[in-house]
Amino acid sequence: MALPQRKTDIGPPHYKQFLPPVIQKNYGKWKYHEVLTPGTMVHVAESGDKLWTVRVASPRLLSTETIREQCDIAEKYCDGHLRYTTRNNVEFLVSDEKKLESLKKELKDRGFKMGGIGPHITNVVHTQGWVHCHGACTDASGLVKAMMDELYDYFETKKLPNKVRLAVACCVNMCGAVHCSDIAVVAVHTKVPTIVHEKFKNMCELPTVIGSCPTRAISPDPAQKSVKINAEKCMYCGNCFTVCPPINIKDPERDGVAIVVGGKINSLRTNPKFSKLVIPYISNEPPRWPKVVAAIKHIVEVYAKNAKKHERIGEWIERIGWERFFSLTGIDFTFQSIDDFTFMRDTMRTSATFKW
Amino acid sequence: MKKYNTPLIDDLEKGPWPSFVTEMKKAAKNNEMANDALGHLEKCYSTKVGYWKHGGIVGVLGYGGGVIGRYSELGGEFPGVAHFHTVRLNQPSGFFYTSKALKEICDIWDKYGSGLTNMHGSTGDIVLLGTKTDALEAIFAEYSSRGWDLGGSGSALRTPSCCIGPARCEWANYDTLDLTYALTQEFQDELHRPTFSYKFKIKASGCACDCVASIARADMSIIGTWKGDIKIDQAEVKNYAKTMDINAEIVNMCPTQCMSYDGKELKINNAECNRCMHCITRMTKALKPSGERGATICIGSKAPIVVGSLLSWVIVPFIKVEPPYTELKDLIRKIWEWWDDNAKPRERIGEVIEMKGMRSFLEAIGVQPQPQQIKEPRKDPFMFYTDEDIAAYKAKEAEEKKTGKYKF
Repeated sequence: MALPQRKTDIGPPHYKQFLPPVIQKNYGKWKYHEVLTPGTMVHVAESGDKLWTVRVASPRLLSTETIREQCDIAEKYCDGHLRYTTRNNVEFLVSDEKKLESLKKELKDRGFKMGGIGPHITNVVHTQGWVHCHGACTDASGLVKAMMDELYDYFETKKLPNKVRLAVACCVNMCGAVHCSDIAVVAVHTKVPTIVHEKFKNMCELPTVIGSCPTRAISPDPAQKSVKINAEKCMYCGNCFTVCPPINIKDPERDGVAIVVGGKINSLRTNPKFSKLVIPYISNEPPRWPKVVAAIKHIVEVYAKNAKKHERIGEWIERIGWERFFSLTGIDFTFQSIDDFTFMRDTMRTSATFKW
Repeated sequence: MKKYNTPLIDDLEKGPWPSFVTEMKKAAKNNEMANDALGHLEKCYSTKVGYWKHGGIVGVLGYGGGVIGRYSELGGEFPGVAHFHTVRLNQPSGFFYTSKALKEICDIWDKYGSGLTNMHGSTGDIVLLGTKTDALEAIFAEYSSRGWDLGGSGSALRTPSCCIGPARCEWANYDTLDLTYALTQEFQDELHRPTFSYKFKIKASGCACDCVASIARADMSIIGTWKGDIKIDQAEVKNYAKTMDINAEIVNMCPTQCMSYDGKELKINNAECNRCMHCITRMTKALKPSGERGATICIGSKAPIVVGSLLSWVIVPFIKVEPPYTELKDLIRKIWEWWDDNAKPRERIGEVIEMKGMRSFLEAIGVQPQPQQIKEPRKDPFMFYTDEDIAAYKAKEAEEKKTGKYKF
């Protein structure tokens, strides 16, 4: 069969054709919303019109079969309207209240999981991992699945002081922007890369490789028509590997994950914050990474017990102090938590006031 | 089709959270590529190492991006993933779909690809995971003829993305969906044909809640804000008081301490409010922003590579965001021009600003220094003075001598 005529530079389809009529009518005229359950909310327009949203978890990696199933459900209850969230959940948009309960029943019967709205744990922002990335030093989807199975009650029912945003990055490139999450897992290499020198000159560009190193650990090795790496300066970020395949940094026994906490992206109450390193290394233990999962659950539980209502993890820690965070959680404080990259002068304490 | 034994990843089908392994198995039922992707993943789980190679250069005619080449080192063992390229489709603003449109996307993908997707990728695109080089032109013809274009990749404008905005949110200060659509259309060339030093991401959030994480994940963060007072509905405040300790949860958590509540009436000293959104999000029926609406433009955020993560810096404290968005489009062009003149390969805009100095950047884009841009002034004395700076300070002093009044 002949292919249809291709078009270029048309950009995305206009969003308006996909909006439910109730949204087209009340666009920009929403008055308020109420969270009815962790999986349901209603938006009320100035006109009095209402729109119910049912939020459903997704593994982000979706088969076309599941997308079609979501479409069939949307056709039955939502006149075919559905959307996805920035954290990869699916939202069914209902303008007829009579259909709400039957939609929820059908979702439940089909095994879809509703929740995540409000002071809960919702879907985890994550990267491709072993499923599809060349740079991955762990699998992201598997870690997310293992974490969320264990934290599932916080998605569906259990309340927290505020939302806890989780993220997983399968290397320090952090495509998932874990650097501003309440709790995030970032996979780390821990060994100086090896170089296949004979391949270097055909596959890599010298200035790019030297420029890729944040600690200036790479210098030319003219004898081998390659580069050498200063082991005392290398922090194993893997950026050289990204620009030059013959530099090998993967090491199944040494690659692992670190845990960072206390970041946020909104400006509510306090400014957006980066996440900070609290656990420097846990071995890669597929398929369920039990120690990583236990560490995250433990931090969530200590936060739930000690934070004030509305405090995010980072706000709670800033109120009590990092020294108290380490004593409350019992996490060992290590050299890796002291910045020796470029931010030491901003992160060391400069007063004698602290807690024992 | 070869049946793989996958005990390790099978374990990830257990438990309450939806399983990506189940999704891969659904796709694998009648798709060789998805089936081999399953076997390939099991191998990664057993050896604790990945086998994907660095991306090669693949794409469609006339475009320099939108397809990310992916090959496996184990193409012999798993021929279905020997080529396993990603196709990025530019998502509609706000991630809204009709079932008809989504099913059409699925039909095409089943015909040419693995049947595996990400709804959506980190930047916002519909990510179609896994196809072969010789299918790319057909995929592009099928999608583009039905109104779907590719997204960005490489050193180009990446697919702009936005929060749900006025489509379903009472807090949106501008039309994030329309702006995102308009900018994506305006800059199609920059999106499809990589000519930048590195990637450039634009994200549009309607308020400081920042549901697309623009402050952390976009070279240009466009965050909605307002200039007027917060209007208070005291009757609704009374309703909230029935279920909420307004002093503990609202007044005492206000970062500027500009609120008070005596058990009867809530008061806000609006001049001191920094518009953080805490009170509004917690009492959405009672509190509403009013007056002039627009956005704060922040520049520079990125993930850690190469020299550490950045959050975006406030550059333009307030800008009107109204169609046809001429002022904003002009600003973007000026930013790119300066970046282009000053960046080395693979340098993001934030890194170039750090290298060349904020002054150079602000002067190039025609923005005056304002205290809203900073957390605090510099604390070191190592600063530049141009002859013009000193001449201006001297002129000011001459003026003071005439008037007899100091002007600091």
